[in-house]
Amino acid sequence: MTPFTRLDAKAAPLDVANVDTDQIIPKQFLKTVDREGLARGLFYDMRFEVDGSPRAGFVLDDPAFKGAQVLIAGDNFGCGSSREHAPWALLDFGIRCVISTSFADIFYNNCFQNGLLPIALPRDQVRALMGEAKGGNHVFSVDLETQTVTAPSGQTFHFDIDPGRKEKMLGGLDAIGETLQAADDISAYEARRALDQPWLEAAR
Amino acid sequence: MSGKTLYDKIWDAHVVSTDANGESILYIDLHLIHEVTTPQAFAGLRAAHRPVRRPDRTLAVADHNTPTEGQALGVGAVADEEARAQLQALERNVKANGIEFLPMGDPRNGIVHVVGPEQGRTQPGMTIVCGDSHTSTHGAFGSLAQGIGTSEVEHVLATQTLRQMKSKNMRVAFTGTPAPGVGAKDFALALIGRIGTSGGTGHVIEYTGEAIRALSMEGRMTLCNLTIEAGARAGLVAPDETTFAYVMGRPSAPKGAAWDMAVSHWKTFVSDPDARFDSEITVDVSALPPTVTWGTSPEDVVAIDGRVPDPADFAEEKATAIQRALDYMGLTPGQRIDEARVDRVFIGSCTNSRIEDLRAAAAVAAGRKVAAHVSAMIVPGSGLVKEQAESEGLDVIFREAGFDWREPGCSMCLGMNPDRLAPGERCASTSNRNFEGRQGRGGRTHLMSPAMAAAAAIAGRIADVREFG
Ligand code: SF4
Repeated sequence: MTPFTRLDAKAAPLDVANVDTDQIIPKQFLKTVDREGLARGLFYDMRFEVDGSPRAGFVLDDPAFKGAQVLIAGDNFGCGSSREHAPWALLDFGIRCVISTSFADIFYNNCFQNGLLPIALPRDQVRALMGEAKGGNHVFSVDLETQTVTAPSGQTFHFDIDPGRKEKMLGGLDAIGETLQAADDISAYEARRALDQPWLEAAR
Repeated sequence: MSGKTLYDKIWDAHVVSTDANGESILYIDLHLIHEVTTPQAFAGLRAAHRPVRRPDRTLAVADHNTPTEGQALGVGAVADEEARAQLQALERNVKANGIEFLPMGDPRNGIVHVVGPEQGRTQPGMTIVCGDSHTSTHGAFGSLAQGIGTSEVEHVLATQTLRQMKSKNMRVAFTGTPAPGVGAKDFALALIGRIGTSGGTGHVIEYTGEAIRALSMEGRMTLCNLTIEAGARAGLVAPDETTFAYVMGRPSAPKGAAWDMAVSHWKTFVSDPDARFDSEITVDVSALPPTVTWGTSPEDVVAIDGRVPDPADFAEEKATAIQRALDYMGLTPGQRIDEARVDRVFIGSCTNSRIEDLRAAAAVAAGRKVAAHVSAMIVPGSGLVKEQAESEGLDVIFREAGFDWREPGCSMCLGMNPDRLAPGERCASTSNRNFEGRQGRGGRTHLMSPAMAAAAAIAGRIADVREFG
């Protein structure tokens, strides 16, 4: 996982509430066996017509927002399916941080597995950032170390993040490698369980 | 100190260790896997030379992108090239890792959340995960069942654990006795309509109350299935005699002396009387009408005798969202929902494709005909559900009424296989998501119970099942 420390980048406003994972990446892009190359499916139905021709007016295709790495979205971003293809597609497109008032649990979790920083802020602050992002070509700063987002005007908001998640994100740590260090504890748990609930060992 | 909730008890029984930040390593009893969310996880294991820790606690099915006809021809005959490649990758991965697999065409195959309970793999007090958000279904057994992403699938394959922070506790009590024709689907839609799609965020919901005790396992599964649409991490129903009767005798259920031992263990998985919940809600179901969705979010619900909202009645931001949904759905502000004409009907998905669901739909369809302009399909949740329905003659009832009787799988719930809506088509569906494009680009989905979907097929419009007595 790529570590996330600080990001200075353009922010694109996606002023739509309840953007679900079907919208972030529609089902036809889930048939891949790879993690890469999903950018072409990102927000597909918003960016392309039924016949595949580009649809005018989508913010990420607007030259003013080319290269944006921060996405500022409406309420309740990422609801719906557990597809990790959603954060993969965002990352593949170049987005490293999403800001909203709230995130669906599974999506939120999936972001941390991939070094995509989801930031939840109170409504008035998201509206303020949204307003500034609509202004276009300006750089926002997201600093995970100090847990702050700074808008082009200079207004700065502090965000909350679970300390364990922050640490892993800063270090780009491999969760599996870390858990495997507790392999003895897991084996001990399994041995206890085999005694208490023998039927789980016998049957399958 | 106050007592423990059911969630607290399952959680505590599975914590391997907890770090200074409060993140726990949680042991996983059962890992269900399918073709769509696992290829990248197995690839990750291979790249790191990591074995699957407990292949015996893992079960694989093929369900998300399988066609609903010609399954006996096998995976090689699946027309969609990418879907076929994904199915073949699963086959290779389970074989290389010694994981039990119920392949397409095997009667025991079907939608992962139908198969787990049906095989007796799902048991009370367990922790269960699957790379699919509707894993919450298994909470009906009093097991902590959660949907996870692919990185976590890889983590569980490698370690048989999940790293997680504990969620909060919410209790939703359903009181009263529902009117005939009103059931678990209506309970769930009414709840989501009330608390919204983020109402349960950060919580595990336990369902209690006499209306829950009276529900069958099928009904409890429908309710827990839809819990994820309320934003919660998982839903739970404490196990009782109904639960034990369902599990008993299933292929993977404990037998003989082990059964008695298991049942006494399972009986401990109930909330203590003095347990404290972070939030509580009560829903009285006695006056609840059959409920359907009108919009593009599961929280957009309306009673069958009600009207869709009029943006003029709302403040600006909300009004814009409503107008957008009405436009997408092709509905007029304030119109009666039962005047919406349907083109398609889909009875299936892990929400409502079990035998009881099919019986409820057949009771409405019997001796009637699907409206001439409607194309209606029934997709049983598993090969065994299909066989059971056929042994009861339900397939004959459906066919005579003009329904298309298909082979099992997720099908038009998400439209990854060839079953999907054309742009502008309106569908009465028993599935769980009415998002824009969920059942096919431009498709319009109205969620409802199987009996209501059958009524819509016959009436050719969204209809009140209570008029089909
Ligand atoms: S039926 Fe639908 S919701 Fe259920 S597992 Fe399949 S795709 Fe997911």
